[in-house]
Amino acid sequence: MPKLVIDGEEIEVPAGYTVFQACELAGKEIPHFCYHPRLNIAGNCRMCLVEIEKSPKPVASCAMPAAEGMVVHTDSPLVHKARKGVLEFLLINHPLDCPICDQGGECDLQDLTLFYGPDHSRFEENKRAVADKYLGPLVATHMTRCIHCTRCIRFLTEVAGVPELGGCWRGEHLEITNYIERALHSELQGNIIDLCPVGALNSKPYQYRARIWELKKTESIDVMDAVGSNIRVDARGNEVMRILPRLHEEVNEEWISDKTRFAYDGLKYRRLDVPMVRRDGRLVEASWREAFRTLVDRMGELPGERMAFVLGDLVDAESMVLVRELAERLGCPHVDCRQDGAKIEGRLRAEYLFNTTIAGIEQADFCLLVGTNPRWEAPLVNARLRKRWRMGGFRVARIGAPFDLTYPVEDIGEGPETLKAVAEGEHEICEALAKAERPMLVLGPGAVARADGAAVLALAHRISERFGLLGEGWNGYNLLHTAAARVAGLDLGLLPGEGGRDLAGILKGVEAGEIELVWLLGADEIEVSRLAGAFVIYQGTHGDRAAPVADLVLPGAAYTEKNATWVNLEGRPQHGRLAVFPPGEAREDWKILRAASEALGRTVPLDNIFAVRARMAELAPQLARIDSVTPAEWGGFGRRGRLTEAPFVSPIADFYLTNPIARASKVMRQCSAEILRPVNEKATGTHG
Amino acid sequence: MSTTGEGMAPEVESFAFSEENLEKIRGILARYPEDRRASAVLPLLHLAQEQHGGWLPRAALDHVADFLGMPRIQVYEVATFYDMFNTEPVGRIQVRVCTTTPCWLCGSDEVLRACREVLGVEVGESTPDGRFYLREFECLGACANAPVLWVDDDYFEDLDYARTKAVLEALKRGERPRPGPQSGRRGSMPAGGKTTLLFEEK
Ligand code: SF4
Ligand code: FES
Ligand code: FES
Repeated sequence: MPKLVIDGEEIEVPAGYTVFQACELAGKEIPHFCYHPRLNIAGNCRMCLVEIEKSPKPVASCAMPAAEGMVVHTDSPLVHKARKGVLEFLLINHPLDCPICDQGGECDLQDLTLFYGPDHSRFEENKRAVADKYLGPLVATHMTRCIHCTRCIRFLTEVAGVPELGGCWRGEHLEITNYIERALHSELQGNIIDLCPVGALNSKPYQYRARIWELKKTESIDVMDAVGSNIRVDARGNEVMRILPRLHEEVNEEWISDKTRFAYDGLKYRRLDVPMVRRDGRLVEASWREAFRTLVDRMGELPGERMAFVLGDLVDAESMVLVRELAERLGCPHVDCRQDGAKIEGRLRAEYLFNTTIAGIEQADFCLLVGTNPRWEAPLVNARLRKRWRMGGFRVARIGAPFDLTYPVEDIGEGPETLKAVAEGEHEICEALAKAERPMLVLGPGAVARADGAAVLALAHRISERFGLLGEGWNGYNLLHTAAARVAGLDLGLLPGEGGRDLAGILKGVEAGEIELVWLLGADEIEVSRLAGAFVIYQGTHGDRAAPVADLVLPGAAYTEKNATWVNLEGRPQHGRLAVFPPGEAREDWKILRAASEALGRTVPLDNIFAVRARMAELAPQLARIDSVTPAEWGGFGRRGRLTEAPFVSPIADFYLTNPIARASKVMRQCSAEILRPVNEKATGTHG
Repeated sequence: MSTTGEGMAPEVESFAFSEENLEKIRGILARYPEDRRASAVLPLLHLAQEQHGGWLPRAALDHVADFLGMPRIQVYEVATFYDMFNTEPVGRIQVRVCTTTPCWLCGSDEVLRACREVLGVEVGESTPDGRFYLREFECLGACANAPVLWVDDDYFEDLDYARTKAVLEALKRGERPRPGPQSGRRGSMPAGGKTTLLFEEK
């Protein structure tokens, strides 16, 4: 633990710290461009110069290890002069286009120029100009503004694991480029926009749309996957203008996926903004009063066992509390929150949580992936796995379809047979599994959403107990969800009750005429054509797959339009907040359900969000502990049964189009066409 | 940078090393540990450029990257960083004039003038028939024999206007002039005769 003196104050810092970090610890702000705590040190911008006694010249603090007895000055005349010099050099080739630059108002270079910048330019030559690069539909470039900090290159190479940007040519001619003028292939690429300290890399969809000081910023939670990334929703008027990450070390660090960042334009298109009822075969606009009248006509007299509720992937926990209460009062046992047909029993939380936790991945030393493609199912879980791999001493094996996860993976099989062999200790990987100190297993949706899902769960259970996945303060068994709603649904018990049917049973029931009414709460990923025999109520946000077959449409609020609780795959409840109001006649979903219950004469007496949350805490006390993960107790789950031979397949065939919002987004469709299609083509062509 | 001349090696969709080069590559790779194959990127790029007639189309860069199992962008970075690699079509015979201070003091301006006249192109251009590519270069490390002209694998040294012209005209005729000092001195012995070791050898 070296001791240093920084600006006259003695401070002890952990071994391995740099002078820069020591200064930060001492509360000194050091201006910098290239340094980033989550990236390797580059030391190429020179903005972080400090004076260290006995050193002949100013030192780049970000690249200098802190050593015992150093005497550092961060505020001396020499330091100021040096920083001024560096900044003047950076500005030599930087255009003076702040008034038309998207970064204006949130630009590191602009901010530092305020403190260290010269008041006029002494450079009389022509500035250098650099041709803009094409990096795909997400990242816009203005390369003349680039100061060559290489953060973007380092991010893609190190964190994203998709090394596609580089510095080509050299010296005065250095250009940051992917050289080939094609779209980048990372699903985390949007983060380089945040990382770029100047306006060289901008968001293409947001380009020239708004100024930072016009935006209202709302801290919220993302729902594009089950990670629960912390986001900030920036809105102007009643329009979401962009979405940015917020720091949460245990969840998304400071990154978000491109779907999280860019799917927001889907909030504008194909919206359901008025209630609709089917008349003479066509859906026509109606008032809420008419909609509820239709609802009561159809539902009022119907016995509970002849109706069913199916919940989709983007449903908030509050609405689910209401569905539970309403179904109970209607005597309806046919409720299912697993629209993917996952064979999760839901009796035991440990069965369906990512028990290791996302941050916990960093402690693991062995990982067995089963039927999962984390890169598409939960990009930030994959980024953690990659982070763990980069630390060294981490082996990853997979049972399932091969896919490039950006780190080496040993493929040991594709289907349940291999999993069985592992569970019975007959596979050669068992040795490594047994030897590992903190092994983990990740069961993906592709492993449990299938006919033999319960048997697969039983095998995973057996492996967990047999190979020491459960230890003192360690639970290596994980289920990876793709739906933001799922864990809350399971925690709140939105599963078939006594004599109730699951989704498959409901669909069969409709076909057999035993179920006459189905209430879909944002459930679009089901075989909607099989619902033809029933009266279908669709409550949701988008005219996606289910709304066109509905007989009654109730327009709900999207995740940016309501105050809601979301529970991520670790079981961490977090609060999303209203950033803009729902469009038109659309209403918050729990309120719609509350009003419906009253119209049906089965009033659920929860009159405001606090009452709903209080009831939620009664049903599932852990959901009241906001932002904390309540460890789940271990027990038995899964059911032994026949295994099929079919290989595990991830349910996600297209990363960009996984839910109604994303499917409505033009940007996401463009990504799908431009980023994914060439990849698939390449797989048969020159690549690999 | 330059226009595509008929005689230049064309842009191609795909590239693969010739049998002969693959043989050489086996030898090159043997110099590096198995997990450090990427170390061979420079010699492989040279071979690829030679095989493709003086420049590296993207297909060749990609092939080298895939061959060595390294990210393609890293090969693009290397190929664009080094001056000796051409990433755009240029003439097959590369005529490079050293114009760094020692050569300049010894008359590289004259060498350059001869090149311009004989080849009929400016620095950075290729002849219309695609045969020659003229460039300036920084110190070629042969200052003792300044000024220096470097053509493909040969150095021509101790040049002046006339000698340069003679060399280039011979090249134009398809001959291969004798490389080395064109002044008649041996290697880089002192130009004005010996100044040390003056005693007679026994
Ligand atoms: S584009 Fe931005 S992040 Fe990338 S090197 Fe240039 S300034 Fe840095
Ligand atoms: S921050 Fe230290 S050199 Fe860039
Ligand atoms: S200056 Fe021409 S060879 Fe050194």
